[in-house]
Amino acid sequence: MAAHRQNALRIQTPEGVEFSYLLAGPITRSLAWMVDVLIIAALMALASFVLYSAFLIGDDMAAAIQGLLFFVIQLGYSMTLEWLWHGQTVGKKMVKLRVIDAQGLQLQFHQIVLRNLMRFVDALPLLYFVGGLTCLLNRHAQRLGDLAANTVVIRIPEVLQRDTACILAGKFNSLKQFPHLTARLQQRITPHEAMLGFRALQRRDEMDASSRVELFEELAEHYRNAVEFPEEVTEGISDENYVRNVVDVLLGGRSAW
Amino acid sequence: MIINLEQFIKSETPFWEELDELLIKFASSERKRTLEDAKRLHYLYERASSDLNKLITFSAERETRAHLENLVARAYSEVHVGRVRQVGFRPLHWFFNTFPCTFRRHIKAFNMIVLVTAVGCLFGWFTVAFDPDAKAILLPFGHGERDASERVRLEEQMGKHEDRLAGHKAQFSSHLMQNNISVSIRAMAFGAAWGIGTILIIFYNGIIMGGIVFDYINSGETEFLLAWLLPHGSIEIPAILLAGQAGLVLGGAIIGWGDRVSLRARLRRIAPDLVTLIAGVSLMLVWAGIIEAFFSQYHEPVLPYSLKIAFGTLELLALIYFLARCGRAADESAT
Repeated sequence: MAAHRQNALRIQTPEGVEFSYLLAGPITRSLAWMVDVLIIAALMALASFVLYSAFLIGDDMAAAIQGLLFFVIQLGYSMTLEWLWHGQTVGKKMVKLRVIDAQGLQLQFHQIVLRNLMRFVDALPLLYFVGGLTCLLNRHAQRLGDLAANTVVIRIPEVLQRDTACILAGKFNSLKQFPHLTARLQQRITPHEAMLGFRALQRRDEMDASSRVELFEELAEHYRNAVEFPEEVTEGISDENYVRNVVDVLLGGRSAW
Repeated sequence: MIINLEQFIKSETPFWEELDELLIKFASSERKRTLEDAKRLHYLYERASSDLNKLITFSAERETRAHLENLVARAYSEVHVGRVRQVGFRPLHWFFNTFPCTFRRHIKAFNMIVLVTAVGCLFGWFTVAFDPDAKAILLPFGHGERDASERVRLEEQMGKHEDRLAGHKAQFSSHLMQNNISVSIRAMAFGAAWGIGTILIIFYNGIIMGGIVFDYINSGETEFLLAWLLPHGSIEIPAILLAGQAGLVLGGAIIGWGDRVSLRARLRRIAPDLVTLIAGVSLMLVWAGIIEAFFSQYHEPVLPYSLKIAFGTLELLALIYFLARCGRAADESAT
């Protein structure tokens, strides 16, 4: 039976801190591989062009060097780039993937060599069937090469740019008068709930009037249930404004990382 | 609990930025690490770890947490294992010490592969001996379709008049190198199937060898066989066996009989050895490819068989000495 797939690799350090990496699946990895295949083909074409246009060596020697160059390019492309670019090739850079050690340690040269040599098996019988299947069945989405070399391929997360300023700029926020309650709010509201409010504010103009009222009423009620602010602060504020103030407390005030 | 989150982040940000800068500098190989750098890195890493632990209680701080997690992860890999810089790589030391020492460290796997080859050879020998029709199925590269004596006669006659490899020697050599290195990598990589894949490849190689050897000896062409095979085969065949050895080492680590450490730890332990063995095998096969294209394919009267046999025997003895004796001092200092 297939091992339970996880989309994150969790690592606990000896200091008791836990951090996680988002694992890359077979589809995104295939996209990166396709880009790399195109680059390898281009490098081979370039090598042939240079060899035959230089006229410096005889046909026999040129063909021999060409054969060896093709072999070295195919084998060495990923090894060289993954070593020089700390686990990335051009394809992986474009798709925002990176090879890392499965325990979060530094990626070693022998790991890079081994995972790339194992492509000889992963690529069988064609189009990385063995590697793709292993990747699907493995809980850390590892192909055979990754298993042997103790590596995983992770997704480099996009940094979310929150432009809270355009929603909240210049508005007075009465909730900020109560720092102990806003601190409690920050603890009780999950990131998902906070982002829900933010997204609703971002897209409020796309909604029809009744849906807009209904959505913000529901959100405001949820936030009010989490932390109760004194009546004099919330009195007279519409549900939408209340949600805006809550989002300001949760997400506003600092530039995004 | 942090009451004033904004104040907390404001006060800690300079330390996070300093850690980020230090990690970027460390990532570039130009920077030499001093003890002061290492101490500072350790301090900043521990501080960032502690901050991350505090921030975990603030679930609304998703981006800040993600940023800090990323920082801690990068610092963790830098603090716990220093990257082995390749500027310190000494090719001659690696070839004359690391490679033979690695071979000897896994001698049991090599003995096993020799045994598998021997069984394959016997199988090939007896199959061709008892069923000559099987030759056409078992032996590749046209060996199964023609008589050994006929081939010897043709090769010797052709040698008198023309060089049939003229204008193609370098290409032939390059093709041999690529093909043999690919077979070796496959023999190692198939070890991932609990070693079974490797055993099948090596066993099949043994069958081919046994069949060909019987065919030539049976036709009374033993001298030709030795003169043809020894110059390149004395390096090429052991190289394939070493690749098989690497495959069994991989298979053994995956099975892990009697080993209490985890699969991950076992694989981590043998990974450098696999790379060393395959790199050594590749070098051996480059040499074998040159010899096969430029030397082995010439027969009497162009080259006397005694010379070819002597050359091949010398190569084999040198290889045995190299694998058995080179780097002994390194072995002893390690134990």
